[in-house]
Amino acid sequence: MNKIFEKGGKLYWLHSTADAFQTFLAVPGTVTGRGAHVRDAVDLKRIMIIAVISVVPALLFGIWNTGYQHSLAIGATPLFWEDVWYGLLKIIPLYLVSYVVGLAIEFASSQIRGEEVNEGYLMTGMLIPLIVPADVPLWMLAIAVAFSVIFVKEVFGGTGMNFLNPALFTRAFLFFSYPNDMSGSQSWISLRKDEALIDGATGATPLSFTTDGFDALQSAGAQYGTGFWDFFFGAIPGSVGETCVIAILLGAFILIWTGVASWKIMLSSVAGALLVGGLANLAGASDIPCHYHLVMGGFAFGTVFMATDPVTSAQTEAGKWIYGFLIGAICVTVRLFNPGYAEGMMLAILLGNCFAPLIDHCVISVHLNRKSRKSKLA
Amino acid sequence: MSNNIDLKRGLDIPVAGLADPVVAKRVVSDRIAVQPCNFKGLLPRLLVREGDSVAAGSPVLADKKNPDIIVTSPVSGTVVEIIRGDKRKLLAVVIEPDEKQKHMDFDTSAGFSDADTVKKTLLASGLWTAIVQRPYGIIADPATKPKAIFVSTFSTAPLAPDTSFTLGGEKDAMQMGLNALSTLTDGKVHVCVNDGDSPFAGFSGVETHVVRGKHPAGNVGVQISHIDPITKGDTVWTINPTLVCAIGRLFKTGKLNLWRKIAVCGPAAIEPSYIEALPGTPMKSLKGFYGADTKDVRIISGDILSGATTGEDGFTGFFDTQVTIIREGHDEELFGWLRPFRFNQYSADRTYFNWCLGWLMPGRRYNMDTNLHGGPRAFVMNDSHYARVLPMDIYPLYLFKACLAGDIEKMERFGIYEVLPEDLALCEYIDPSKNNIQSIINDGIELMLKEMA
Repeated sequence: MNKIFEKGGKLYWLHSTADAFQTFLAVPGTVTGRGAHVRDAVDLKRIMIIAVISVVPALLFGIWNTGYQHSLAIGATPLFWEDVWYGLLKIIPLYLVSYVVGLAIEFASSQIRGEEVNEGYLMTGMLIPLIVPADVPLWMLAIAVAFSVIFVKEVFGGTGMNFLNPALFTRAFLFFSYPNDMSGSQSWISLRKDEALIDGATGATPLSFTTDGFDALQSAGAQYGTGFWDFFFGAIPGSVGETCVIAILLGAFILIWTGVASWKIMLSSVAGALLVGGLANLAGASDIPCHYHLVMGGFAFGTVFMATDPVTSAQTEAGKWIYGFLIGAICVTVRLFNPGYAEGMMLAILLGNCFAPLIDHCVISVHLNRKSRKSKLA
Repeated sequence: MSNNIDLKRGLDIPVAGLADPVVAKRVVSDRIAVQPCNFKGLLPRLLVREGDSVAAGSPVLADKKNPDIIVTSPVSGTVVEIIRGDKRKLLAVVIEPDEKQKHMDFDTSAGFSDADTVKKTLLASGLWTAIVQRPYGIIADPATKPKAIFVSTFSTAPLAPDTSFTLGGEKDAMQMGLNALSTLTDGKVHVCVNDGDSPFAGFSGVETHVVRGKHPAGNVGVQISHIDPITKGDTVWTINPTLVCAIGRLFKTGKLNLWRKIAVCGPAAIEPSYIEALPGTPMKSLKGFYGADTKDVRIISGDILSGATTGEDGFTGFFDTQVTIIREGHDEELFGWLRPFRFNQYSADRTYFNWCLGWLMPGRRYNMDTNLHGGPRAFVMNDSHYARVLPMDIYPLYLFKACLAGDIEKMERFGIYEVLPEDLALCEYIDPSKNNIQSIINDGIELMLKEMA
């Protein structure tokens, strides 16, 4: 590296930053010191870039859908490239804020700790704009990102030491601090300043109607379809990246195929949602068919991209089944029984994050006790 | 009786430079070193001075804590140099061999009648130091009786020598060595082979286990955990097959004979093959294998996962039967991690696509170097990511963190008694966060030794 960035050099206070850019371009010529003399070609940069790529389909769809929902809501004829352009104008600023604020804090804290910059924020910063409404005021986003990166991640020691998912916490921060901008019928469709919804159009996501029953859900969208396959395709209002289940499944395929994320968590989360939803159907508590929960709101996005975060999810294989199941089950429970707050996924995952160490502790205790009993018998 | 153990988890690193099963030469060097650092737990006291003459089998070092434990010279000759490091730490005693070798004679007429005579002979010959005690991998304590003794007759480490080639002709010596060892325990002597047809499958007086699987299936620590796991308070001994043969030869002839076949291998080795040499042979006498330019090669006594860097001025280790020569990876690689494919680099991770390449070109071996391929990070991947390459019933990440925290109770809970750094070397290899996991474990073990003493 350039001399001025080395210890004692003029720009030593920027050494983490310089190192981050340099290692971004080229794998450094560092050789192994202690321990194994050869190391696998994989590093965290590779794992993170795969994770980032897996989100791209959802992002691309989100860009188009933001414009498309806007066109529908103001009664204009949707034109593909116009919708994409509208979406781009909305979403690029979200990304700028997310990455500039987040990375600045990340670089500064790495500098303070004297460490190299961890790649974790590449993924966090990619996810944040996708789980907020497109019209969220940028200053709010900036505050939320800053709060979450500092207090959820850096105070614990940076990526790998955090126990909550920082991207999700950003959303939770926005939700609890600025509820007016984050819920209700106005926030989920992006509009220009002087525009208003046309008569008959609704800005609410279908999720707001889950406690009102299946009929209410079916008639939720005046201007958009509300069948199962409409939700599956995702041309409905919602957070930027959460609506299209096809794009999310594509991401899930990439994550599972490359082994970056755990299929066990995804599968058990789906199982948990179906079970609670199915039980509610049987008990007559809700007439929304349980498989609708898989395609509505943030369930799919959360299950695939947020619950599977290797740092904050359960660590053990058995723990992953329990953890995923818990998230799916809590999510649908909240949706069905809490009229005030429709989207259970965010809090379900944050709760799952909090419980993950406990789940692992129990799994390991049970396992070790069984092991010591076995060795005593032998 | 034979038991089968099939291990699913593990990884064979496809590194190039496997040694041809031919003995290229018998290396008779003009310097042979006795290195106290080969023996974990030895506090060396020097018994010779420069200029003293020694015979093969005469004492060179003794342990300060237990003077019965001695390290002997593998050759007869004159002590020509005593190499010391920082703070006068004793690194090596260098002996110049005589033309005509003189051997100490050890009385082995009593045979294997009782443990005490066997013990006495082993201690006097210096071969006691060949026995490794677990937990912690230290020199065995002569005062204890281990629960069992384990011998792994094969190694699965990258480029490891093929023991059926190196020791296949010494089955008699090995049987004799095993007979001697079996007097030292009230429990069983377990011998692990990699195949039912292995030349080492038919020894009498021992329990044979067939262990199949990828590395680290050949590590004795992994085998112990599947056969008779170590729990708190247990002591087991392990010994590598080359030294079992040496013990057998000792009891057969009454002389210390440490000659062994050593694989000189690795991607940077010129015509990798086997040599016959003594422990403590200088790397300089292997010059033909690494050429004139030593600036960019790393010479390792042992394998690429757990071996020790010795450099050109170093010597082969007492326990090692392998010398690996590998290129130093000082080159930067532009857009390395960003490239969709990196076919010249091996990765066991599915984010690279070498695992697809494995179908197209099975048996491809990679010309690896010592590049770290990244920078140090906190642990990000979770426990099961590391457990993929560890066929043991422990939670590796929890153990690493317990060692980092220095929490004795947790280290015990998560299995510090069962492991040595070498067993977790693959976790270190695959770690995308590039932590020095073997050092972490080693520090944990040092702490245990300090606290438990």
